[in-house]
Amino acid sequence: MDIRRLYRSAYRIRRVEEEVARVYPTDKVKSPVHLSIGQEAVSVGLCEALRPTDTVFGTYRGHALYLAKGGDLKRMMAELYGKATGCSKGKGGSMHLVDTAAGMMGTSAIVGMAVPQAVGYAMACAMRKRDVLTVAVFGDGAMDEGVLGESLNFAALKKVPVLFVCENNLYAVHSRVEARHAKDLCAIPRAYGIPARSVDGSDAVAVYKACRRAAASAPSFVECRTYRWREHVGPNEDYDKGYRTRREARPWFKRDPVQLLARRLDAGVREGLEREVEAEIAEAFRFAEESPFPGPQELLTDAY
Amino acid sequence: MERLLTYTEAVREALEVEMARDPRIFVMGLGVDDFKAVNGTTAGLAQRFGPSRVFDVPLSEDAMTGVAIGAALAGLRPVHVHIRMDFLLLAMNQLANMAAKARYMWGGSVSVPLVVRAIIGRGWGQGAQHSQALHSLLMHIPGLRVVAPSTPHDAKGMLIASIREDNPVVFVEHRMLADLKGPVPQKPYALPFGRATVVEEGGDLTLVGVSHMLQECLRAAALLRTKGLSAEVIDPVSLSPLDAETIARSVRKTKRLVVADCAWTACGAGSEILASTAERLGGGFKARRLGLAPVACPTTRVLEDLFYPNSRTIASAAYALATGDESWRPEAGDAPEISQFKGPC
Repeated sequence: MDIRRLYRSAYRIRRVEEEVARVYPTDKVKSPVHLSIGQEAVSVGLCEALRPTDTVFGTYRGHALYLAKGGDLKRMMAELYGKATGCSKGKGGSMHLVDTAAGMMGTSAIVGMAVPQAVGYAMACAMRKRDVLTVAVFGDGAMDEGVLGESLNFAALKKVPVLFVCENNLYAVHSRVEARHAKDLCAIPRAYGIPARSVDGSDAVAVYKACRRAAASAPSFVECRTYRWREHVGPNEDYDKGYRTRREARPWFKRDPVQLLARRLDAGVREGLEREVEAEIAEAFRFAEESPFPGPQELLTDAY
Repeated sequence: MERLLTYTEAVREALEVEMARDPRIFVMGLGVDDFKAVNGTTAGLAQRFGPSRVFDVPLSEDAMTGVAIGAALAGLRPVHVHIRMDFLLLAMNQLANMAAKARYMWGGSVSVPLVVRAIIGRGWGQGAQHSQALHSLLMHIPGLRVVAPSTPHDAKGMLIASIREDNPVVFVEHRMLADLKGPVPQKPYALPFGRATVVEEGGDLTLVGVSHMLQECLRAAALLRTKGLSAEVIDPVSLSPLDAETIARSVRKTKRLVVADCAWTACGAGSEILASTAERLGGGFKARRLGLAPVACPTTRVLEDLFYPNSRTIASAAYALATGDESWRPEAGDAPEISQFKGPC
């Protein structure tokens, strides 16, 4: 584990998303974005525990996971701008990022849907004797879905080497987890015989340690308790909408996952990393701006 | 001498030769390794290829379809078997939202070589939730290929083609075809997607039969011959992509089209066949669709017989189309695969 790497990754995700939020009102990104601001430590800590050859399956709130796993930043920004150079050639957008070379399987916009795919991918890797850990990353909303229980059962039954990482940000859109679940979330995997632990999802180091331990005994389950700072979809805050309050959020702001890492580095090192990241982000946005839109022939390309 | 196999044997043979050829292929589904072996279609495969390549699954159609897609994304080639197509409705999220979309939505970076075998059809009171042919729901979705071969020859060739295809295919098998015998070459062969077969040539009208309805159309053609009408009988084989050109070519000649489907007519395969023919011909032909009565499938045999089109209703509709005489009701033709079928199954 390398704190500098963790910080660089968390800071980079935060700043990319702040820039996305900043340009969003220009309507250059003509599609929904679901920001991970406040939740960076989950992806950063998880991916620190993974090898480049390991594979993750994520969700429509997927910028953080994509970037933490090593997905190409330029191609992500071009994808958000709907450009031909995007990671999905402009056909996927923010919700369907992919970079298979980095072990980032495509993200999906249907809650819970990628979870059994991760199980199947892990099963196939085991069948082919490939030394790959497969990770299903999903939100607390996915815990409501029947397919999650089905997936946990099958993974336990076949001893599939898959790691389940639940990013519990307390809300499925605007519905609180307590309004949707009678028991704590870890009770569900445990009922299927899958070991589960809950961890402070603001602390990248704690997430890293929990995932590393859990990876050694896959199938296993890690719940990361975290908090979404911005609205469910879009670039703004929404503490005035009545479903939650700024007061509720304050303790989470105090445990800013990026700042928790920043405090562990000396200022000189930190500023050096930040300068590098800022230059990279500026370059990525420039790349997205300057890239061409797909030509009309692309409409029917990759169809069959 | 031609080798004769049943439809079931042809399906089984296709699975076996392909599994022997390519170790990435595996078969999963409820009961694929049990003593009934999905009506015999997977018999002996678990013994030959072992439990890692032929395995039973929990009753979790949604997750198991996701598992199959995940395995396909990892480079394996799953064949997922459903003993009733009705159960596919529990898997529609994975099929429609992921299997069909992944390649395009992720800019061509992945492919999903998945075969879903779905058994349809009537037989011995299967009733409302054990008999449905839902291929038209799937035909609507770009990214899914849908095939419904009606002969042992085509079953083997299309299943091999489906297994070798790098994109998802739903392979529809009618229970009433299981024991149908026909010539099947020994060597492996793959048939192309999107190619219909002109099974019988004729000049007065065109009969198109989907899946088991092809058998009924062939019997209807025999009944029509007794009235001096010659029917061209076409098996679409592949529903998506559909070989609309072969059908249109026939209708251009006969000016009359009857499509019989073992599904409801609304937004169905028959509607698609009529519409695509009309687009090509620009009118100038008469047409009828025959399908299930617009209700759930009743169980009692007397109503079930009325619920499905058969050789008599097809012949009667075709005769009316050709002559304007709606009154002809031919004598009951024999449908041994239906009359002799016994359950429980």
